[in-house]
Amino acid sequence: MEAATQDPTTPPETSPGQPALALEGLSRDFGDRVALGPVSAELAAGQTLAVLGRNGAGKSTLLRILAGLLRPSGGEARVLGCRLPGETWRLRGRVGYLGHRPLLYRDLSPRENLVFTARLHKLELAEAERRIGELLAHVGMERRANSRVAELSAGMVQRVDICRCVLNRPELLLLDEPDSHLDQEARELIEPLISATGTRARVLVSHDRERALAAADLMLELG
Amino acid sequence: MRPSLRTLAIAAVATIVTGYAMVFFSAPLDVEGFVQKIFYLHVPLAICALVGFIVAAIHAIRHLRTNDPVHDARAYVSIHLSVIFGVGVLLTGAIWAKAMWGKWWVWDEPTLVSFLIVFLLYCTYYPLRYAIEDRERQARYSSVFAITAGAFVPLNFLAVRLAEPLIHPRTFSSSGGLPGEMMFTFLVCLAGMALLWVALVRFELASKGAKADLGRLRRALEGEDRPPAPARATIAPAHVSMLRSDDEAARSPRPPGAV
Amino acid sequence: MSALGAILGKDLRVELRTLRSLPAMALFATAIFISFRFALDRTSLEGDLAAGVLVTTILLAALLAVSRLFVSESEEGGFDLIRLAPVDRTALFAAKAAALWIYLAALELVAVPLFALFFLDSGAGLLPLVAVLVLVNVGLAATGALISTIATMSTARDLLAPLIMLPLLIPLVIAASGAVEPLLDAGGPGYHHFGRWLAVLGLYDLVFLAVGYAVFDFLLED
Repeated sequence: MEAATQDPTTPPETSPGQPALALEGLSRDFGDRVALGPVSAELAAGQTLAVLGRNGAGKSTLLRILAGLLRPSGGEARVLGCRLPGETWRLRGRVGYLGHRPLLYRDLSPRENLVFTARLHKLELAEAERRIGELLAHVGMERRANSRVAELSAGMVQRVDICRCVLNRPELLLLDEPDSHLDQEARELIEPLISATGTRARVLVSHDRERALAAADLMLELG
Repeated sequence: MRPSLRTLAIAAVATIVTGYAMVFFSAPLDVEGFVQKIFYLHVPLAICALVGFIVAAIHAIRHLRTNDPVHDARAYVSIHLSVIFGVGVLLTGAIWAKAMWGKWWVWDEPTLVSFLIVFLLYCTYYPLRYAIEDRERQARYSSVFAITAGAFVPLNFLAVRLAEPLIHPRTFSSSGGLPGEMMFTFLVCLAGMALLWVALVRFELASKGAKADLGRLRRALEGEDRPPAPARATIAPAHVSMLRSDDEAARSPRPPGAV
Repeated sequence: MSALGAILGKDLRVELRTLRSLPAMALFATAIFISFRFALDRTSLEGDLAAGVLVTTILLAALLAVSRLFVSESEEGGFDLIRLAPVDRTALFAAKAAALWIYLAALELVAVPLFALFFLDSGAGLLPLVAVLVLVNVGLAATGALISTIATMSTARDLLAPLIMLPLLIPLVIAASGAVEPLLDAGGPGYHHFGRWLAVLGLYDLVFLAVGYAVFDFLLED
């Protein structure tokens, strides 16, 4: 592990020059119900893909597939060079997934939750603790870092979940409505944490068409 | 070559009719009298049901290995028919117990008691299966259950047998002592029952397959199943001009707050 | 290994902080003892009755913990969290089984002395009882972690876990009662077939640990 950088927003250093995403006819159905139609996309490292579409169009399904949480039913998908679903195991720990439900234990504090995630990701603990402190400070949560998550407001939970999502310096960010529950001030705080900088690519699911498109290099309209 | 369902059904019926004709007309009467002849029904049913549970576990392992829903359907139908056979086992066992010991149920017959426990466990397969909505997960969890329960079957027989201090005189466990003619009749009945089990499994699988096809056709006719239009990522409008002028511009980091 | 420690540590920390399972299990066990006192109309127990009451009570109290075991993972995203991380997913099975084992041991630390106080004339059989309970807990933990995962992912969690668990645990009940019965004899502890029953318990534990280890991965896939 190289020395920790002071800036918690620094993205990872990997850049093998391959596309972050390469999807060809990717689809998913639950029994007879089609949850995601055939989707094709190619996203280079450092780019942002905005995923738009009405409710039930499959935006969250697509994100879960890309995170390796859901098997695709058909088509080809390569995420960070790993073929899905066969090589999902190689993808583990390399993506940052922010779902529409926070992945935080309500009875643990933000700090305990992040330390738990760090241990699952086998991060070096002393370095991880420093980074957790920096991240929490960056999103303005250091004062509530030791309260139980259950006691926090929805916006605070979202900020902590964003810290959780970027804690392991993912090469690809999969973000489902990262702005939800956040006011303008908080949005500006989290923006550098989840922007597509350097080689870090991201997939951004949003209802807010204008804002998503303003930040995107590519767009994908599901429907 | 797999025989056709029709051939299989005819073979099953023919073997069973022959077997039970032999039971009634030619097999010698045991010291236990006429009621002992239920043995030719009870034991083949029990053997088929238990083997069926093990067969289901094997299909379930295959299903988890290949993720092919066909194996899950086979495991499901195997368990389903073995449970139905199991009802027959318990009923014929009760009739036999009533005739032999004057009670509908006896606890000192470890094989029957074990069978009851196994039957009970497999009955919980149905509520499990129908409590999981997602089709793939339902199949996977059902397979996990089938494997777990398959491992449970021998363990349960062992524990119940050990719990039985006195060895009750039993007809079925004294298999070595069956006279030749009774043994032959028994084997014909067993073969008939096994053929019946296989034929019923194949029949149910065919019927399930046909039902699924019908459902698919109906939905296609009613137009519910229209596949969504393929979606392809395109260049975002905000960046079209930028990308045209300078490919690098699109990749440069945007300042915070530029959303 | 570190993932196992992290998950187990997290579970124990949450349990110590919220006390959702352990006090409930202890209260439940106490209430069952009192019910047996009147249902059997006995103020002291020995031999087979004592073994039956003790084993049944532990089993029922275990079911409480089993149905709660994965609630936090399914409702607070723990399943996703673990599947996103580069960890062997059987670590989750091992950690949950270990957590359940610890809950059961903690329950027994309270329930067994209480049982002795309520019903037994002498505590002479309690020491060898520990060996039986250690093995019983492993069996309950292995099947519990497995079945709890299945039940948690279904729409009938609270119904399914006990429904599947009870028949699955019958061999365990047979072996545990068989081993405990002579230990709690009125005339002092006996060891009739003790080794044989411990061997059956050990076999049960091994089989279901192996099954859980082999199939657990498939329960977390989606």
